[in-house]
Order: sequence, then C-alpha cells, then structure tokens
Amino acid sequence: MRQRLSNLALELWLPVALVVGWWLLSDTSTSTYFPSLRTIMATFVDTWMFTRFGSDVIPSMARFAYGLGIALVIGITIGTVLGLVPTLRRAFDPILDFFRALPKPALLPLAIVVFGVGDGMKIFIIAFGTVWPILLNTTDGVRGVDPMLHDMARVFGLTRWQRLWQIILPAASPQMFVGIRLSLSIGLILMVVSEMVASTNGLGFFVLLSQQTFAIPQMWAGILLLGIIGYAVNLVFLMVERRVLRWHIGRRAAASGDDHQPTAKPKGRLRRARVVTALSSVFRTNA
Amino acid sequence: MMLEVTNLAKSYGDVPAIADLTFGVAAQEFVCIVGPSGCGKTTLLKCLSGLLEPSRGTAVLDGTTVDGPPETLALVFQEYSRSLLPWKTVLDNVLLPLRAKGLDKAEQRRLAMESLAEVGLADFTHAYPWQLSGGMQQRVAIARALAYQPKVLLMDEPFASVDAQTRAELEDLILKVRRHFGITVVLVTHDIDEAVYLADRVVVLTKRPTKVAEVIDIDLPDDRDQVTTRESPEFAHLRGQVARLIVGAQPGDADTTNVGVAS
Ligand SMILES: Nc1ncnc2c1ncn2[C@@H]1O[C@H](COP(=O)(O)OP(=O)(O)O)[C@@H](O)[C@H]1O
Ligand SMILES: [Mg+2]
Repeated sequence: MRQRLSNLALELWLPVALVVGWWLLSDTSTSTYFPSLRTIMATFVDTWMFTRFGSDVIPSMARFAYGLGIALVIGITIGTVLGLVPTLRRAFDPILDFFRALPKPALLPLAIVVFGVGDGMKIFIIAFGTVWPILLNTTDGVRGVDPMLHDMARVFGLTRWQRLWQIILPAASPQMFVGIRLSLSIGLILMVVSEMVASTNGLGFFVLLSQQTFAIPQMWAGILLLGIIGYAVNLVFLMVERRVLRWHIGRRAAASGDDHQPTAKPKGRLRRARVVTALSSVFRTNA
Repeated sequence: MMLEVTNLAKSYGDVPAIADLTFGVAAQEFVCIVGPSGCGKTTLLKCLSGLLEPSRGTAVLDGTTVDGPPETLALVFQEYSRSLLPWKTVLDNVLLPLRAKGLDKAEQRRLAMESLAEVGLADFTHAYPWQLSGGMQQRVAIARALAYQPKVLLMDEPFASVDAQTRAELEDLILKVRRHFGITVVLVTHDIDEAVYLADRVVVLTKRPTKVAEVIDIDLPDDRDQVTTRESPEFAHLRGQVARLIVGAQPGDADTTNVGVAS
C-alpha cells in the first residue's frame, strides 16, 4: 500500500506541478489567445456539463466507436484470413502497403463526395484509417503462431473452429493489441480532422467553430477535453489489454526471471487468492 | 502388432532423413528408439503420428495404415513449453482435445481430473503452465495425452530438457502410468541409459541416412528402480551393447563415446 502510494506520487508530481504552474502563471493573463486557466476551467464546466455534451461529445465518441468497431471486425477477419493463406497474402501485400502508406486525410474529399458530410463519411474515414494497423498486425500475429501448436492441434484432432478460437486467435492476440493501440490514436486524429473539415457538430467542429468566432476560452476547453478523451481512451485500452493478455504478461514476467521457479502454489483454501495476489503484484511492477 | 513400420523412408526434398526403417511394436509394449541427434527421430514420430507423409513405406497402427493423425494415438512433444497453451489453465489444456471428441461434459472432466491426478497435478488444475516448473509442464503434457485415451503414446525426447532429479521422477512416472493405463509407448531418446531403463525393447538407429542398426530385448525385471536397476550388471551389459552399436554406427567420429549423454 505504502509502495503503491509512493509509486503514484512518483508518477503524478510533474503533471500536478505543471497544472498548478499553469494556473498560477496564467491567472493574471489578459491575452485574448491565452486566457487564464481559471477562465478555461469555468468555460470547460459551462460547456461540457452539460450543455454541449449531448450535442458534440456524444456524436464524436459514437463516430469514433463505430469506426473503430468496423475496423476491428474487418481488420481481424481479413487479417486472420491473410495470415492463414500465404498465397492470398502475397497477392494482397502490395495493395496493403499502398493503403497503409497513404495519408488518410487525403481521402477526405473523396469521402465527402461519396458519403456526403454526415456521420457516414466520418465513420468511413475513421474505419479506413484504423483498419490497417489492426489488419497488418493480425496477419503478422497469425503467421507467427508456433508451427508446433498447429501440429499439436492436428494430433489431438481439434476442429477447425477450435483451432481458430482456442489457438490461432489467442496466440495472435498480443500482436493484435499492438495494432489496436496504434489504431486508437489514428482514430482520434481522424475523428477531429473529419469533423473540422465538414460537420455540423462534434468536438473537432466545436474547436474550429470556437476559434473562428473568437470564442477562445471555448476553443481551449475543447482542446482540453480532447486531450482528456485521448488519455482516457488509452487508459481503458490498457485496462482491457491487461485483462485479456493476463497470460501473456504473466508468462513474460515468468520467463524474464532468471530462475524458472514455479510460482503456482497447490490448491488450498487460499490458492485463488494467492494467485491473484501474485498476478496483481506482477502487474503493479509492470504498470 | 499394435504398430508396424515397414520400409519407411522420408526425405526432405532431395535430402534423405530416414533411409529405411522396419520394426514393430506389440500391444502394451514399451519401445525406446535411440539414435544420435539429427538422425531423424522427430521425423519418424511425425510420420507415425500422421503429421508427415512418408516418402516410401508405411506405418500401420492397430490394423489401419496411417495417413493422417489417428484418433487412437497421442504425442508428447519434445518442447513442453511450446506445445502447451499459455492462455489456458492446466485443466483447460487437458480438456481441449476432449472437447473435440464429443464426450459429455462430466466425462470430459472426469478423464481430465483422473489423468491430472495420475501425474500428480490434481492440486494445480487452475494454474497456468508458465507458473509451473519445466518438469510440471511436461507432466501437464503427459496428462493431456493420457486423457485423450490413446492406444499408443508417442513421446519425443520428453525428458531431455529437465534436470536429472526431475528426469528420474518423470521416468518412473511414465513407467507407472504405462502399467496403470495399459497403453503402448514408443519413446524416442538420444540417451542410452534412459532407453535401457525404460524399455522392453530398444530400437537402435544408425546415423543418417537412418536405418535400424539392431533391436535389443531388455530382459530386466518389470519393476525398475532408479538405483538398483541401474547398478545391476545386466543393466551395464545392455547399456554397453547399445552404446557399442551407436559408436559402431559412427566410425571415425572422435566424439562418439559421448553420444549417450550429449544433448
Ligand atoms: N522440415 C524440415 N526440412 C528440411 N530438413 C529437415 C526438416 N526437419 C528436419 N530436417 C532434417 O532432417 C534431419 C532429421 O531431423 P530430426 O528428425 O529433427 O532429427 P532428431 O529428432 O533425431 O534430432 C536433420 O538433419 C534435420 O536437419
Ligand atoms: Mg528431435
């Protein structure tokens, strides 16, 4: 407990100091473009709690979620197929490399022509931008499955379904998470950009509109919220990853210990609790 | 014969790994196959388990020619840490192959618990493989194979990467299990002592291109003991017999006397 508190202190002192510094230094500010943090916070509270929450935050987050959701389904499905079928992968490789390298905002004009300026366009841009890291990393992960596991699956007569869900996808999941993490930041960028280019609501739209109408505190409040959302999205991602890849994290920790001492204790009344404690201490040191 | 291998050959491209193998394994027999590293022991087991197609010759398991993984056969791989699923608990690792067999849930569980108890892991069902020592992980792999209820158990140098003490324990475990379940075991090793200690018969392979050098009956008493069996004159004699064959199979190689303990 004491250890955790001091860890927390080690991580938090700088951000806290920066905010306090900003607050104190900006408090006497008369600049139009750099209002005091006090003003920004007051505007922040006024704006996001809760007048514009439903009209701008929710639509933005919904587009982000839909876009990412579509990218996850398509990226993991196609990525798995390409990972399993080498001939198909070789045929698709140049195309994949082209689209991966294409700067995604370049597609905005095209998307507006095809989808109009509504949600469809933004969801398309977000999905299109985020699908590549997921797809490519899934392919890599599936390709990288230990051939011995395929042999094992055949010897023990596992069904195709079992091989996919019990072996291939879990084995590829650490690599998938690498791709998903990349996709999250790309998705947020595209969410903001697409809303700035053509929109009637959303956070990107709000920040740009505030700037254009000289509502500078509002602009700052919007930027601040975007930063917080980015941070929160990453935090949620890490929590999910830690849960889903518990085995991966634990195994790496076990392998990096130079002695291969067994860490599991025999089952007893306290066994579950012990393993949980052991695991959570592993996470703490890794966090 | 439970398993009959006839003129089996396997080449990788133009490179012959196994030249010509013929031998048989009777039901409930324990046969060890000994040969120097790289002589094609893993290749042979892959052919027997239907993972690889022989270039020539056949393997007949319980009356049926092997042309894909038979349901009556299980394999314990050389590297336990790679053949277990780290995202599954010990119990789920053992249960996985049973799920495909169409047994009902209670029966699956009973088989899994029984085989885990047999290998001494009844108290570790909910641990993950990476939380266990190497020897315990290999026990999980053995339990998984046993729960699958094979007639023939193939083992590929199963104890090569554990320490000597653990190795002795696992050797005795497999002897006990084999008696208990009445299964036929084919165990591949490069360790002459291990082969003689475990087997009813030892098939000695030559170096590549691989053939059968000789098949030696091990007429030691059935109750083997790590100390008394190994110090008996019969054991020493049989051990010498096998060693001479392996040394003879590699004339001119200065290192050959170490074959038995090389890893
Ligand atoms: N997939 C493969 N492709 C080509 N050569 C192989 C392959 N697998 C094994 N070999 C070769 O075949 C020979 C026998 O290998 P292996 O069966 O693994 O031997 P052992 O298990 O007795 O050490 C070795 O020389 C090895 O290099
Ligand atoms: Mg081998």
